Amino acid sequence: MADEVLAKIDEKVKNNKIMLYMKGNPNFPQCGFSAHVVDILRSYGYPFETEDVLADAAVRDGVKRYSNWPTIPQIFIEGKFIGGCDILHELHERRELEPMLKAAFGK
Amino acid sequence: MNPAEIQAILEKALPGSTIRVDDLTGGGDHFQVWIISSAFEGKSLIDQHQMVYGALREALGSERIHALALKTYTPEQWERYNS
Repeated sequence: MADEVLAKIDEKVKNNKIMLYMKGNPNFPQCGFSAHVVDILRSYGYPFETEDVLADAAVRDGVKRYSNWPTIPQIFIEGKFIGGCDILHELHERRELEPMLKAAFGK
Repeated sequence: MNPAEIQAILEKALPGSTIRVDDLTGGGDHFQVWIISSAFEGKSLIDQHQMVYGALREALGSERIHALALKTYTPEQWERYNS
């Protein structure tokens, strides 16, 4: 069973330029960290795909194993694990996030 | 756990780094850590954090550290963001 979850996660991460595993959804985030990440991503205007880990415990555990990172939210850009809320906030502060997003969308 | 213990673990794992550990709540389990290390050069922010988490895996796993806020820099990044 576990491998199916990891394969499903891998597929989503590879098929979306920005993939966010969060608690809740962008319009109804269920945790402050997830909400903060949504706000940061929205500030750049690029589309991003999300999945609510609260809806599926297997995904919630699976993504932590997939990225080897213990907490949610988790952000992937162009199939690469970027980090959680702290790291995304730090990249945003250091103005290192926008170039990554631009590269992902090629503009 | 006290900051000095964490400092010792990190100094062993990342020799020659500048490290500061603060106990955020005085409760001995919520910490803020700053690390400036040339070992971070060429590493993404997540890789830098993974290195620190790796060094503290035992303490994190045993819940002796409950929350860890990390600020990691290469010497060059520290200059750029704090001068």
